[in-house]
Amino acid sequence: MKKVFHVMYDDDEKLLVAARELVSKGIHVNEVYSPFPIHGIDPVIGIKRTRLAIASFMYAMTGLSLAVFFMWYTMISDWPMNIGGKPSFSFLENLPAFIPVSFEFSVFCAAHGMVITYLLRNGTLPGMPATNPDPRTTDDKFVMEITTDTNSMNAQDLESEIKKTDVFELSIKDVKES
Amino acid sequence: MQKESAIREPLILGHKTYKDITDDVVGPIMGPASLGWKILITISSIIAIYGIGSILYLISTGVGVWGLNKTVGWAWDITNFVWWVGIGHAGTLISAVLLLFRQKWRMAINRSAEAMTIFAVIMAAVFPGIHMGRIWLAYYVFPLPNQFGSLWVNFNSPLLWDVFAISTYFSVSLVFWYVGLIPDFATIRDRVTKPFAKKMYGIMSFGWSGRAKHWNRFEELSLVLAGIATPLVFSVHSIVSMDFATSVIPGWHTTIFPPYFVSGAVFSGFAMVQTLLLVMRKAYKLEDYIHVKHVEYMNIVIIVTGSIVGVAYLTELFISWYSGVEYESYAFINRFSGPYKAAYWTMMTCNVISPQLFWFKKIRRSLVATFILSIVVNIGMWFERYVIIVTSLHRDYLPSSWGEFIPTATDVGIFIGTLGIFLTLFLAFTRFFPVLALNELKTILKSSGESYKNEQVK
Repeated sequence: MKKVFHVMYDDDEKLLVAARELVSKGIHVNEVYSPFPIHGIDPVIGIKRTRLAIASFMYAMTGLSLAVFFMWYTMISDWPMNIGGKPSFSFLENLPAFIPVSFEFSVFCAAHGMVITYLLRNGTLPGMPATNPDPRTTDDKFVMEITTDTNSMNAQDLESEIKKTDVFELSIKDVKES
Repeated sequence: MQKESAIREPLILGHKTYKDITDDVVGPIMGPASLGWKILITISSIIAIYGIGSILYLISTGVGVWGLNKTVGWAWDITNFVWWVGIGHAGTLISAVLLLFRQKWRMAINRSAEAMTIFAVIMAAVFPGIHMGRIWLAYYVFPLPNQFGSLWVNFNSPLLWDVFAISTYFSVSLVFWYVGLIPDFATIRDRVTKPFAKKMYGIMSFGWSGRAKHWNRFEELSLVLAGIATPLVFSVHSIVSMDFATSVIPGWHTTIFPPYFVSGAVFSGFAMVQTLLLVMRKAYKLEDYIHVKHVEYMNIVIIVTGSIVGVAYLTELFISWYSGVEYESYAFINRFSGPYKAAYWTMMTCNVISPQLFWFKKIRRSLVATFILSIVVNIGMWFERYVIIVTSLHRDYLPSSWGEFIPTATDVGIFIGTLGIFLTLFLAFTRFFPVLALNELKTILKSSGESYKNEQVK
C-alpha cells in the first residue's frame, strides 16, 4: 500500500512557494497538475528541459534531404526538361529554383514531426482518458502529487509537512502498489 | 513572474480571477445558442449552399461559364485566391510573429485569428482547384509516379512552389492551432455536463491533464512552431507573388512583388480580424478581453502595412516610367486611365488614403470607425488583386488581341458563396470552440490584469 497525497492550491505562486519549501526538506514531488504552465516549477520538481526542439531540427534536416534528393531525381536524373528553350540539366544551375520547395518541405517535416513526437511522448492522443486528479485543475486550481513510495518519510510526517504550506484542499488516497 | 509597467493599459479589464476567465469563455459554449447566432448561421449557410451550387454548375459545365476569354485567362478566380490567402496571413502573424516578439495583447485575439486563417486558406484552396477546369485531374499538381513516361511536375515553376507552400501553410497552421486548443478543450471537457458533449470534448482534448512535463513540452513546441511559422508565412505570400512576378507580363514582372504582397496580406488580414472580432466581442460579451487597446494595436499594424502598400503602389508607378520600357509604362498608364480606372481608384482610395485616418487617435480608438474602415480595406484589397490581374492581362503586346473581362453571375456566385462558407465555418467555431486562448490568458492575468495592476500602483 502507498499513500497518494493530492495537495490542492488556489494560486500558482502558492504552489510554487510550497513546492520549493517541501523540496528543500527532501520531499519528492511526483507531479504537478495545472491549468496553465507555471513558470519556474520545472527545476524545482526536477523536470529537465525537453529535447523536442532537437528532434524538430532533425526532422527538418530529413525533410530537406528528401526534397533535394527528389528534385534532383525528377528534374536532373530521371527526366531532364528543356523548358522554353532554356535547358538546365545541371543541379547547380537549377538550385535557385529548388530553394522554395526545399524550404517548404523542411518546414512541413519539422512541424509535423515535432507535433507527432509531442503527442506520442505526452501520450495525448484522440480518445485517451483524462488523468488529472480533479476537474478543477483545468480551471483555477493547482494540484501537487506526492506519494509515500517515492519518499523516505512516513505518511504522518509527510502529511504534517504538507499541512504547513498554504494548502487549499488535501486529499489522501490509499493505492495498491502495482 | 514577469512584471509590466503599471502605467501601461491593462489587457484584461474588470477584476477577473482565473475562474472568471474560464466562465466567460466556456459559459457561452455550455448555454443554448443565441437567436442572433441562429439567424446569422442560417443566412450564411444559404449563401454557402448557393456558392456550392455555383461551383457544381461550373464543374459540370466548364470554365466557360466564367467571364474569362482568350486574353484574360485569369480574373476573379485568382483574385479571390490571392485575397483569401492574404486574409489568412494575419492569423499566423498574430500567433507566430507576435509570440516571438512576446506581445501579450496577441493572446486575446490569436485563437480566433488562427481559426480565421484556417478557414480563409480553405477558401483560397478552392479557387486553384476549380479554375483547372478538369478538377478530377487535380492530382496532377502533386509529384506522383505515373504512367505517362515518368512525367514529373516542374520544380522550376512558381505554380508548383505554390502547391507546396499552400499545403505546408495550411497543415502547419492547422496543427499549430489545434495543439493550442488541446488544453482548452480539456477545460471544457471538465466543465460540461451533457454526456454527449463531454464525450466529444473528451475525444478532442486527447486526454490532456496539464502535467508539468507536458506544459514544459507545450511551451517549447509553441515557441519552435512560431519560429518556423514566421518564415513560412513570409514565404507563402512571396511565392504567391512569384506566380506573377516570374512571368513576362508588363505590370506583373516586378521585383518588389514579394514584400509588397506580404505586407498587403497582413494589411487585409488584420482588417478581416477587426471586422470579425468587433462583432464577436459584442455577441459573446468579451469586451473585457478584447477592448479598445487591442483594437488600437491592430489599427497601428494596419497603418504600418497600409503605408508600405501605398509606397509600393507609388514605386510601381515611378519604376514603370523610369524603366523607359514602353510596355511597362503603358501597363500602368492603362491602369489608372484605362477601362478599369474605377477599380484602380477604388483600390487607391481604400488602401492608401483611408487607413491614414488611423493617425488620429480618436479614429484609431473608435470601434465604429474601425469597423467601417476595416470593411473598406477588405474591399480595397480585393480590388488590388483584381487590378493587378485583370488590367495587366486585358491589353497585352498585340492590340489585335486586346479584350475585356466582364464577370458573369457564376463568377459572382462563387465569390459570394465562399464568403458564406467562410462565415458558416467561423460561426460554428465561435459556438463550439473556446474563442479565447484560456491557458495563455491565465498566464498574463497577474502581469496585465486590471486588479493586479491597481495593486502595483498602490
